[in-house]
Amino acid sequence: MEDQYSPEYGPSWPDRRVERLLGALVVFVVGLLLALIAVVIVRAWPSFAHNGPAWFGPGGSVEDQLNAISLSAATGSHYIYTFHAWPLIWSTILITGGAVLLALFAALFVSVFIVEFAPGWLANVLQPVVRFLASVPSVIYGLIGVVVLVPFIGNHLVSEEQKASVAGVISLTGYSLLAAVTVLTVMIAPLMVSIFSDGLRAVKPGWLEGSLALGVNRWRTVWKIGVRSARPAIVAGTVLALARAIGEAVMLAMISGSVAFAPNPADGLIFIYEPSRPLAPTIVKNIDQLSSPPFNATLFSIAAVLLFAAATASLAGHLARRAMRKYGAA
Amino acid sequence: MEASISTAVAAGHSGAAAPPPPGKHGAAVEGSATWRLGDRIGLAICWGLGLLFCAIAVAVALYLFVQGITYLKPAMLTTPAASGFSQSESGGFSDALIGTLMVATLGIVLALPVGIAIAVWLVEYGRPAALARVAESTIEAIAGIPSIVLALFGTVIFSSSALAFLSRSNEGVVFGKSFFAAGAMLSLVALPLIVASVREGLNSIPRHVREASYAVGKTKAATTRRILLPACRPQVATGAVLGLGRIIGDTAIIVVLLGATQNFGPVEGAPFPLDYLRGVGTTLTNFVYEASPTGNLNQPQKAYAAAFVLLIMILILNAIVDLIHRRSRKVGTWSS
Repeated sequence: MEDQYSPEYGPSWPDRRVERLLGALVVFVVGLLLALIAVVIVRAWPSFAHNGPAWFGPGGSVEDQLNAISLSAATGSHYIYTFHAWPLIWSTILITGGAVLLALFAALFVSVFIVEFAPGWLANVLQPVVRFLASVPSVIYGLIGVVVLVPFIGNHLVSEEQKASVAGVISLTGYSLLAAVTVLTVMIAPLMVSIFSDGLRAVKPGWLEGSLALGVNRWRTVWKIGVRSARPAIVAGTVLALARAIGEAVMLAMISGSVAFAPNPADGLIFIYEPSRPLAPTIVKNIDQLSSPPFNATLFSIAAVLLFAAATASLAGHLARRAMRKYGAA
Repeated sequence: MEASISTAVAAGHSGAAAPPPPGKHGAAVEGSATWRLGDRIGLAICWGLGLLFCAIAVAVALYLFVQGITYLKPAMLTTPAASGFSQSESGGFSDALIGTLMVATLGIVLALPVGIAIAVWLVEYGRPAALARVAESTIEAIAGIPSIVLALFGTVIFSSSALAFLSRSNEGVVFGKSFFAAGAMLSLVALPLIVASVREGLNSIPRHVREASYAVGKTKAATTRRILLPACRPQVATGAVLGLGRIIGDTAIIVVLLGATQNFGPVEGAPFPLDYLRGVGTTLTNFVYEASPTGNLNQPQKAYAAAFVLLIMILILNAIVDLIHRRSRKVGTWSS
């Protein structure tokens, strides 16, 4: 197994040793990921084991449950784990779902515009604009949301009657689904645009020319041929944006309202003005409780759900991309 | 008419080789006047959304510039935060500024070598193939992990007694929050970007370059170190700068793993750089979060000022990426 070169004459870094060293590093990083998954599951286990499937269900007030959990650690006699996270899950679904759908719509049109229809000067402006929007830290979006968007919604969009109609249940101050979805859309759409437009540029020109030669106009050609064959890139971009949206904690902690409330679309359009709090911001808001064992398990159980959701999204994206590979591009 | 349309569009499509750059069609492009109404509405939506993107970017940048220039005082950059009731008494955010630089340095110093090594292994070695597939999915998975989950994982790792030397410990209880902890977890945030960028660079080097190097008796390791890595220096730099941007912009890991204080909290008794690195601190993102109206400090004017400084940093990083791209394009690509 020793290297075939003697140290005096051979290279100081023989190939085999380098390969092993790099391989070991790769194994270490793979192991780190496995350790992360294991740690999160093990830490989360008490909470899941205690609640069972009810963890995901509704029941009681989340705030009261969190208080009880933190109190039980303070008294120390016996830990309480009861936690029904449905309002948080529902808020996550509404906010990320809404933002991803809106961003998907906007990003598709904008990337088609950049690649096909924008005049040269505008495309040259849009590309740095997209890159800029994608690189602004989320906390800055959060700050702008808090000081501009939230007061605007609270003072101008929500009418006094609407505020009065839900006065006993929740107060409408502008911290709302609408604010959260808007800012999250602005955050994730640029990510999508940059991946989508790479995909659209990679479409084989011959396919588009074929369609044009048949007399199909440019608009239809782009959508029927370009966008369709760029579908793997569209799936990839959407999944990446979805993962980012699910995991976004700080910005949403700032503007989503920080009340574990489940806005009900059945109440009419007013639900978009109602505050809520998704899963990830719940961790940030309660991070100072991390040292109490039952609360630790609860926070890790939320993290486990986030991890699972992100993993499911990327796995689904992977499978979808594989199924679409026959369409060619990307 | 039809023929001129297709050639014009084809010229646009056939990529960088054709004289007009992609996206720019010749003058003889089919107008939208002959399209059906639905298609024309679609094009209008395209224009609307495209202009909306520009408007949002201009609004964000202008708003922060105006607020930043209004509220940013040079003294804020040099005075640490202090406890005080009004915004004029509570000092600046020099600790946050230095903290950002520290975290960025630590994160990139960890992420860059590891990222390059993984990319080199994936492209140049990649055996056994099963491990290569697993490694690839691992990198992809790390890119998808929410940073708040990474942060919680960090609290477990760095409060283990084996890693007590990386943070403050008190009677056997390891605090687990320090610049080391935050930097290490942030390096995982930057890692996928670096790996992706360096891989792209290595993949773009044609085989014959490697073969030429082997032919003169270089080992694979020497080829990688002397030929391949220098050749993809632009991609390494791009990956590093993109990673830096993500590190600087991350808040969740900082809030959880850096102690959520407003000042440095060096560990007593440790030698100079280590006492700060093992201690807690703050960064600009954390400062903006805390100083925003929803945070504990509620000093929006300083939040603006810090956000402005942060934005300037991000803009500088963006400009560096641009510069690298333009430079590397000027140097040209490999001919095969």
